[in-house]
Amino acid sequence: MSVKKFVVGCFDDEAVLFPAVKKVRKAGYKLHDIYTPFPMHGLDHAMGLRDTSLHTAGFIYAITGTTTALGGISWVFTKDWPLNIGGKPHFALPAWIPITFELTVLFSAVGMVLTFCYLCQLAPFLKKHHFHPRATDDQFVMVIECNEKTNEDEVKSFLAQAGAKEINVQNAETGWWLGRYDKDTMPFQVRKEKTAFE
Amino acid sequence: MSSFKEQFEIPGRFRNISFALMAVGIVSVIVGFFMYGSHEPARFWATMLHNSVFFLLITNASMFFICATTLAMGSWQLAFRRVPEAISKCVIPLGIIALIVLLCIVLGDQHHIYHWLDKEHVQHDTILKGKAGFLNPTFFIVWTLLSIGLWIALGHKMRQLSRYLDENPLASVAEGKKYVFKSTIWSALFIVWFALTVASVTPWLWLMSIDAHWYSTMYSWYTFASSFVSGMSLIALFVIFLKNRGYLEVVTEEHLHDLGKFMFAFSIFWCYLWFSQYMLIWYANIPEETIYFKPRVQGAYRAIFFLNLIVNFFTPLLLLMRRSAKRNYTSVAILAVIIIFGHWVDFYQMVFVGPFKEHVDLNLFDFGVAAGFVGLIMFSTGRALAQAPLLAKNDPFFKESVIHHT
Repeated sequence: MSVKKFVVGCFDDEAVLFPAVKKVRKAGYKLHDIYTPFPMHGLDHAMGLRDTSLHTAGFIYAITGTTTALGGISWVFTKDWPLNIGGKPHFALPAWIPITFELTVLFSAVGMVLTFCYLCQLAPFLKKHHFHPRATDDQFVMVIECNEKTNEDEVKSFLAQAGAKEINVQNAETGWWLGRYDKDTMPFQVRKEKTAFE
Repeated sequence: MSSFKEQFEIPGRFRNISFALMAVGIVSVIVGFFMYGSHEPARFWATMLHNSVFFLLITNASMFFICATTLAMGSWQLAFRRVPEAISKCVIPLGIIALIVLLCIVLGDQHHIYHWLDKEHVQHDTILKGKAGFLNPTFFIVWTLLSIGLWIALGHKMRQLSRYLDENPLASVAEGKKYVFKSTIWSALFIVWFALTVASVTPWLWLMSIDAHWYSTMYSWYTFASSFVSGMSLIALFVIFLKNRGYLEVVTEEHLHDLGKFMFAFSIFWCYLWFSQYMLIWYANIPEETIYFKPRVQGAYRAIFFLNLIVNFFTPLLLLMRRSAKRNYTSVAILAVIIIFGHWVDFYQMVFVGPFKEHVDLNLFDFGVAAGFVGLIMFSTGRALAQAPLLAKNDPFFKESVIHHT
């Protein structure tokens, strides 16, 4: 994980936010992310994010569930412990379909929840830097990543022109770390003096 | 709005193809009548029953779609609402044809198709005697007349409400609310009648009574799912056709995506009902119930039975699963054709196994009659599309549909 410098701009209107996103991308600044209080239709498209691969993962989990169910049941009922149930053939496919369906759904649901948590870096005791607490309330928080060559004053004035209400510069850890929010330790603040551009 | 192509003009080729198909249909009916009419009338009437009922139900599904989305306060369908409206207008000619066919079968005493028409036989048959209060010509004819008549009448009212706005734009919010309330009431009436007909009694009479001794509580839902998924495919086909000709500018991939979702989801719903009906009967293994599946699964219709499952479930499931497939005009169009054909085959095995258990006799006569109905749907829908502006632009929800985003 690394500590980077970010310019953070808060917007209070989505009608201002969308053109701002367009302007930022056109100017060539690197959008780190945008934090919004609610899911916004079309924002992913405006930011130029690629489609999530969560559904592909879901499909793979689902067929894993299907094969697990069909393989398991058919092994048990035809090879390992064949039982005569109501005079049905040992390979009684129609009777297995509901269980196969359930396992398909179970595997894909659980797998997708875990994958989603992994992709969003969400887990108990896992901490990520919050750029602005009001991103969960009423502000759309746009975060622009800087490198050594970025002139942050230029970015700040650019965001102000684009309509940001509150602008600041933060040094923040890009990844996650173990910790708790009530006993706050911020490893990047301890390491702050080591960074290249301070 | 003036820059939009609102007025559909029937292309010459489209008209020619529809006339050619109708001619094929008429020739097939005449040839079929002389081939089978005298010595094997059941064969002729079964084909007519299969095709007229199938195509009537899939065109009627369009009006169900309009009413269901209206009741749900849906807006996304308004960009292409005139298309299902035009398709639902086919219910008038197709309903009349189906009515004639059904009346000919019942009044012509075709007891090879409907066993319960044979009065002498019913006297010695305890099961059919018990059902005689329901399965008798009077009830059949009255219910058929009511079904088709009210589909036409209520559908006409729905189309009229939508068309009225074209000349009389809504002047105020209060007027808009009044319009929404009125269309809600009329679509609710249609939905209730649809539930009493397509989703319950009508398939029992028209289709399930071919196997008069047998019954299934899933049957009408199964028929409904079959006709609805084909109806959605038909709407998608006409939307894509109009898009290709440069009409319907406001319809985008987003609308196509939703139509694709309907085709995908209802293919799964169809299979769910298919399986619910099959598995319970397979599991219980009671002779009077398994009699329905015996010729289908183990007899002459085995290939059609499994083809049905592959075409109507596995093909849409695997090919329409991807988001990009539902947003692609070509793939949706191909799958729509496959789905309509698949459910035509599904209806074939619903109708034909009863009177012809021994062998499958699917020949050019069936395909010719089907072609005739396809031509009739093309002709009638094309004409209805040309009669009204293609955009229901004065509807209060129209703007929502234009900016629709999935």
